[in-house]
Amino acid sequence: MTPLTDTPFSVAGRDFRSRLLVGTGKYKDFDETGAAIAQSGAEIVTFAVRRTNLGQDTEAPNLLDVISPKRYTLLPNTAGCYTAKDAVRTCRLARELLDGHNLVKLEVLGDETTLYPNVVETLKAAETLLADGFDVMVYTSDDPIVARELEAMGCCAIMPLGSLIGSGHGIQNPHNVRLIIEQSQVPVLVDAGIGTASDAAMAMELGCDGVLLNSAIAHARDPLRMANAMKLAVQAGRDAFLSGRMPRRQTADPSSPFAGRING
Amino acid sequence: MERASFMSIPNASIQLTLNGDPHSLEAGATAADLVEQLGLGGRRIAVEINEQIVPKSQLADTPLANGDQVEVVHAIGGG
Repeated sequence: MTPLTDTPFSVAGRDFRSRLLVGTGKYKDFDETGAAIAQSGAEIVTFAVRRTNLGQDTEAPNLLDVISPKRYTLLPNTAGCYTAKDAVRTCRLARELLDGHNLVKLEVLGDETTLYPNVVETLKAAETLLADGFDVMVYTSDDPIVARELEAMGCCAIMPLGSLIGSGHGIQNPHNVRLIIEQSQVPVLVDAGIGTASDAAMAMELGCDGVLLNSAIAHARDPLRMANAMKLAVQAGRDAFLSGRMPRRQTADPSSPFAGRING
Repeated sequence: MERASFMSIPNASIQLTLNGDPHSLEAGATAADLVEQLGLGGRRIAVEINEQIVPKSQLADTPLANGDQVEVVHAIGGG
């Protein structure tokens, strides 16, 4: 039997087998973080940059001990930034933190209630970061026109939200996500809103190149099991997409042959 | 040149803003001295002074001056 093959997930000149990207927030402790991420099979892992807590135990474990840059491709993010300026500063701090590693997840947020992307500030930040040599994976709205602008500027991945960050509402506008996928030459990933495995599978069935999620695993009752579910869902959704699903029909179509029935 | 005048006064101190809070430091101290005093030597951190990154390799050559805005950051969990 010929083994099933797939092209690697390729972003910013790097190739990956896993199409699931995960965050490191909201876990109970570093042990759980490390175990869930290992179980998810993710190769790209995102984290935040924050002020060091001064005066605290400086021997305490560091997140980068748990998600070693030797094992994972690290994706620092600009979560918590509401202006282009703050996002650019954060990316430069992250690059220094990671000894020149230049792949970042840019997100510039609009307000605390929705954490909806502020696309005006996102476009400004992307321009500065790209000119400064960063590879920018960009979190944005599901607006295909904004997505096209970000790609034209040189962003290496477009990451529309499925729904609000941390909401678990899944993909609220699959039609827009599909429009973005169809027009894009760079990878498209749903980032934000994934609540459970079927949401991740749906993203992949739409034709996304990958899925980025955090809360769906970290806030599941059993994060390790959900990490496994997400790994399988992304693989299943990818295979379903590559298979080319059957056409939908208005009426039934029996799977068993009509001929030879005993009542025939 | 303000810094030179501070350095000429023994035991003079300078006032920084460190991660948003006031912080006193001996005049003439470098960014590397500050990192050591915070117990963060050899840790995975990044330093920014007055909104400019100071590369690790330059911390020891970067004197701190009165009024400097210093940020010391690290990686934490986030999505």
